[in-house]
Amino acid sequence: MTATADLAIRTEALAKVFRRQRAVDGIDLAVPRGSVFGFLGPNGSGKTTTIRMLLGLSSATSGRIDLLGQPMPAARHTVLPRVGALVEGPASYPYLSGRANLHRFDAADPTSDPRSRKTRVDAALDRVGLTHAADKKAHAYSLGMKQRLGLANALLAPRDLLVLDEPTNGLDPQGTREVRNLIRSLADDGTTVFVSSHLLAEIEQVCTHAAVMRTGRLVAQGALDDLRAQGGRTITVRTPDVGHAGTVLIGLGLTPRRDAGADTLVADLPAETEPEAVTAALVHADVRVRGITVGGGTLEDLFVALTGEGFDVAA
Amino acid sequence: MSQPETTAPQPDAASEATAHRADATATATAAQPDARTGRRGRTFALLGSELALVFRRRRTWAMLGALALVPVLIAIAVRLTTDGDDGGPAFLGDITNNGLFVAFTALTVSIPLFLPLTVGVVSGDTVAGEASHGTIRYLLVAPTGRLRFILVKYVGAVAFCLAATLLVVLVGALVGALLFPIGPVTLLSGTQVDGWSYAGRAVLLALYVTLSMLGLAAIGLFASTLTTVPVGAMATTVVLAGVSQVLDQLPQLDWLHPFLFSHLWLGFGDLLRDPIAFDSFGSNALLQLGYVAVFGALAYGRFATKDVLS
Repeated sequence: MTATADLAIRTEALAKVFRRQRAVDGIDLAVPRGSVFGFLGPNGSGKTTTIRMLLGLSSATSGRIDLLGQPMPAARHTVLPRVGALVEGPASYPYLSGRANLHRFDAADPTSDPRSRKTRVDAALDRVGLTHAADKKAHAYSLGMKQRLGLANALLAPRDLLVLDEPTNGLDPQGTREVRNLIRSLADDGTTVFVSSHLLAEIEQVCTHAAVMRTGRLVAQGALDDLRAQGGRTITVRTPDVGHAGTVLIGLGLTPRRDAGADTLVADLPAETEPEAVTAALVHADVRVRGITVGGGTLEDLFVALTGEGFDVAA
Repeated sequence: MSQPETTAPQPDAASEATAHRADATATATAAQPDARTGRRGRTFALLGSELALVFRRRRTWAMLGALALVPVLIAIAVRLTTDGDDGGPAFLGDITNNGLFVAFTALTVSIPLFLPLTVGVVSGDTVAGEASHGTIRYLLVAPTGRLRFILVKYVGAVAFCLAATLLVVLVGALVGALLFPIGPVTLLSGTQVDGWSYAGRAVLLALYVTLSMLGLAAIGLFASTLTTVPVGAMATTVVLAGVSQVLDQLPQLDWLHPFLFSHLWLGFGDLLRDPIAFDSFGSNALLQLGYVAVFGALAYGRFATKDVLS
């Protein structure tokens, strides 16, 4: 159990009801300080609604939120200056240049120092690689450039917490990699990064912790290694001696299924059973083994198992 | 699915919460003095940024340009058709005698339609425009308090009204001086004042017309909090300006007239008397401030609790 003081974000039974729909249905988030926390879930699972409530943009129907150890939205004037955010896509004044946009957003922060504004704006532009386009009007920006501008806005001041909602949206693979590197370097500075995505693969490499949302509920949460362990491994054996092999696997305490073809057996592999022990047992019993593969144990598998595969938007 | 880190052990929870609340209070009070002294100066940072936003926009200059055309067109038209004495707006016939009347005529002509149109565009855009761009999210999480946000947006709209009226007066004075003789002006009370004194009255007139627009701007602000589609708020505001003026024309509704925000829009004749009578200025101020109070409160009431979903 992590103590409250060590949590950058903590919610208790946080819920948001829109008319008849429970968009967020009583979630208990616990985001440790210093973590890179992946907030996962399919489109429409309630991630953005949660983030809006965390930042005080919309009010919670019920429940409690602590951001950096202080209650939200009551303490927003002291908390939010320490929080950088990219919410629901970037936004900008199309008729202002990228640089002028950042100047405006920085002026909106009552704690920001006007004397260092120019330096900080330039540093933020540089950090996201937008310096060359800083004086172009924002309406001429590509989606990727707008995304970078949004990230620059989140980085205008040193932050204790960054809340990034789908930061890789609209970025090409190169840009996605840059965002990952950016997150990594921010985390190295001690910033807690809370990053949401519907694409696990894009953020799995940088996260230390993750939570998975599904239709407004939190279905998994914890350190990445713990979650991986929950994912479960499977072992797949290809052999002409299917019946014989099945007996051997049962002898090892596994429950083989023949759902992947006539010459293939698949079984869940418990953590305590090593794959090489299975191989040895099969060979010992003179089973003609054509192939053995160990699958699963990835976050992807867990993610798919928890949220369902495919393009269905959660109802 | 198990949730390893979610539920706090019950015995600890209460003391933990108290400790952490005390901690939060301590941090807050420690940060307060610094934040408060800083905040006063930095509210002006957002205000400055808002003014820059309004006046850096091409649309603002297009509207100001259109308004500046009014005195130019009037002056040219009167100059070309020298006999300007057959009706038309107030002061029109006087222009040929004295170019200083161009500014007055131009404002009089702009008040019923052009000015409310531009004020409706600017004030209707205040909140809805930020919402439609999504920039409102980033201002609020910066964080800008919602009251501060509303106030700054309103002041931006008022700054536009002031700029518009002063521009019309200034352009009117310049064009009038170029095309017509300038000299002592005969006021409504029969006394004559020199050009400088008249210029002072023209500035007072610009202030009076700005004052007249405060109520409409507040209505626009409120309309703007009701939607994320700026055009909707703009149209509503402009239509209301029209409705108010139409109602003001119906004798059957004369009990209502003193409460219409457009009722004293043209009541600036007092400024052309000697000595200047400030009665209409005062009653107009009272009327407009009433509208500002009501619609300002409605706008804030609506916006303070609104979920920002755009």
